[in-house]
Amino acid sequence: MANDLFNSFMTGPDENGRFGDFGGRFVSETLMPLILELEAEYEKAKTDASFWAQMDDLWTHYVGRPSPLYFAERLTQHLGGAKIYLKRDELNHTGAHKINNVLGQIILAKRMGKTRIIAETGAGQHGVATATVCAKFGLKCVVYMGAHDVERQAPNVFRMKLLGAEVVAVTSGRGTLKDAMNDALRDWVTNVRDTFYCIGTVAGPHPYPAMVRDFQAIIGKEAKEQMQAAEGRLPDTVIAAIGGGSNAMGLFFPFLDDKSVNIIGVEAGGKGVNEKMEHCASLTGGRPGVLHGNRTYLLQDDDGQILEGFSISAGLDYPGIGPEHSWLHDIGRAQYVSITDVEALEAFQLCCALEGIIPALEPSHALAHVMKIAPALPADHLICMNMCGRGDKDIFTVAKALGVSVEG
Amino acid sequence: MTRIDAKFKSLRAQGKKAFVAYVMAGDPDYETSLEIIKGLPAAGVDIIELGVPFTDPMADGATIQLAGQRALAGGMTLEKTLAMARAFRETDDTTPIVMMGYYNPIYSRGVDRFLRDARDAGIDGLIVVDLPPEEDAELCIPAQKAGLNFIRLATPTTDDRRLPKVLTNTSGFVYYVSITGITGSAEAEAADVGPEVARIKAKTDLPVIVGFGIKTPEASQAIANVADGAVVGSAIVARIGAGEAPAEVLNFVKGLAAGAHRA
Repeated sequence: MANDLFNSFMTGPDENGRFGDFGGRFVSETLMPLILELEAEYEKAKTDASFWAQMDDLWTHYVGRPSPLYFAERLTQHLGGAKIYLKRDELNHTGAHKINNVLGQIILAKRMGKTRIIAETGAGQHGVATATVCAKFGLKCVVYMGAHDVERQAPNVFRMKLLGAEVVAVTSGRGTLKDAMNDALRDWVTNVRDTFYCIGTVAGPHPYPAMVRDFQAIIGKEAKEQMQAAEGRLPDTVIAAIGGGSNAMGLFFPFLDDKSVNIIGVEAGGKGVNEKMEHCASLTGGRPGVLHGNRTYLLQDDDGQILEGFSISAGLDYPGIGPEHSWLHDIGRAQYVSITDVEALEAFQLCCALEGIIPALEPSHALAHVMKIAPALPADHLICMNMCGRGDKDIFTVAKALGVSVEG
Repeated sequence: MTRIDAKFKSLRAQGKKAFVAYVMAGDPDYETSLEIIKGLPAAGVDIIELGVPFTDPMADGATIQLAGQRALAGGMTLEKTLAMARAFRETDDTTPIVMMGYYNPIYSRGVDRFLRDARDAGIDGLIVVDLPPEEDAELCIPAQKAGLNFIRLATPTTDDRRLPKVLTNTSGFVYYVSITGITGSAEAEAADVGPEVARIKAKTDLPVIVGFGIKTPEASQAIANVADGAVVGSAIVARIGAGEAPAEVLNFVKGLAAGAHRA
């Protein structure tokens, strides 16, 4: 099947950056020439062995790849059904999958002669990864972060500053992740000649969704080989949490043409997917629209005004989703579900207690869905879940939600 | 011929440059906003750019973003923006109206339905910031077919190789963005803008109007001197935001228009 290009799910996007009707290049004219230049540069790098040799070297010696595929024995026993494996991307340098992509983009930026890097961040993981790689390569780094997130993610803000980045607290609009992205785009339009915008997820104008996916696909490639080594076959289900969807796309992509593999994306259900929109489940509770350079499912009102999402996880708190996920959703190749804050918190605690792993709140959503489906599945059903980030950053949020005081 | 084409024909005949004013529909509220736009032609405005509020105006600075937020907070929508244009047309059938905004509210309404409604409301042209030529099939081509002008932005990063692509399917006029940046930020310099306008005019017969970073009657005159006209947005919107009464706002506009018309 993998060689059958007519029926492959892995050939997108098309030359216009479309996955079906999703994706595209909805940006102002000022940015368009740069986007085209970036696309050309990326196309060159993609087939340049020296580019990938540099990536492999950094992935191995700086990030610590490959990340292990770990059999979660006690979780498996506890749930009493499917065999659960965790892809341990939380063990990467900087504590999440974000750095896989940042390395690729920063190397590209250097090839393009850009001297200044900007990024947006929600929980701060992408900001920390970008600040880290900029420090390593001696590049100026400016991170845009919603004022509300600056407040609730103080440790990550300090980390970025230690790494030499300037952190801009965004107060425009409502001071959230989408406003941080708006301000990053404004900076880019203003400083387009020397600045590279390092986007943290599989969204934005073409070529970002494809490029970020390709950099994150290392997760799925490794998982496929590791599962082969451990079990001698493919997993039956792969599952990951989705905000913008980069860790999920990275895990899913190498499995898209393996028809036997169930693919499940887990969105943030916040207080529940209802008409009050107190959630971030763009696919389950939104409809197609155009924002931040691409057409995709968005949380919006009847007038096409963008709504704020709500989730306990700052990393999932975005009203859109990567366009490739929208396409996979519409054609039915992947299934998308949602998990509430309460369910994610239960999974968070269970993972700590049974496996000695403190997960980030983002993969806690994926784990909560694993907890729902695993018990009813047979013992030989193999689940591979992406543990895309570690939970150190979330302990204060979790303490607050559980009504525990951790103030010194 | 649209009202825009007719307006430029008449300006050319009089040897006059165009003055274009941008205001956000529904800012600070529907009634005040309508009163202001109804007063614009008498203040010397040749073409009205009517902003459609959007939650995420990525190409705009704080002044216009806040105007959009005020309008949205007052319940403004694309539907009501169309209603405002219809109300304006009851007393003025010649001043062109260009709707300016972002694609999602239009896409959300449905392109065909929107174009029908816009034409019925007396809208003459569209400027949609996040639709570059690469996305022409979305709205630009359907709009031209529906008899509306689709006005494209050309920018300092639009090089000679790309310029023909930007000019193809553009009608009404070309909007040259004077700076790499957002609305209401750096000041436009006539010395930089002049050669760029000449570069564009060498490739098109359409009028070239310059906007972004024009804040005073002097700047309006200086820019109109080197182009076919000038656009002012943020400087006007800032006064509405400061709570100035319509008469004061229109008095300020009068000065800006006189500046461009002196050129």
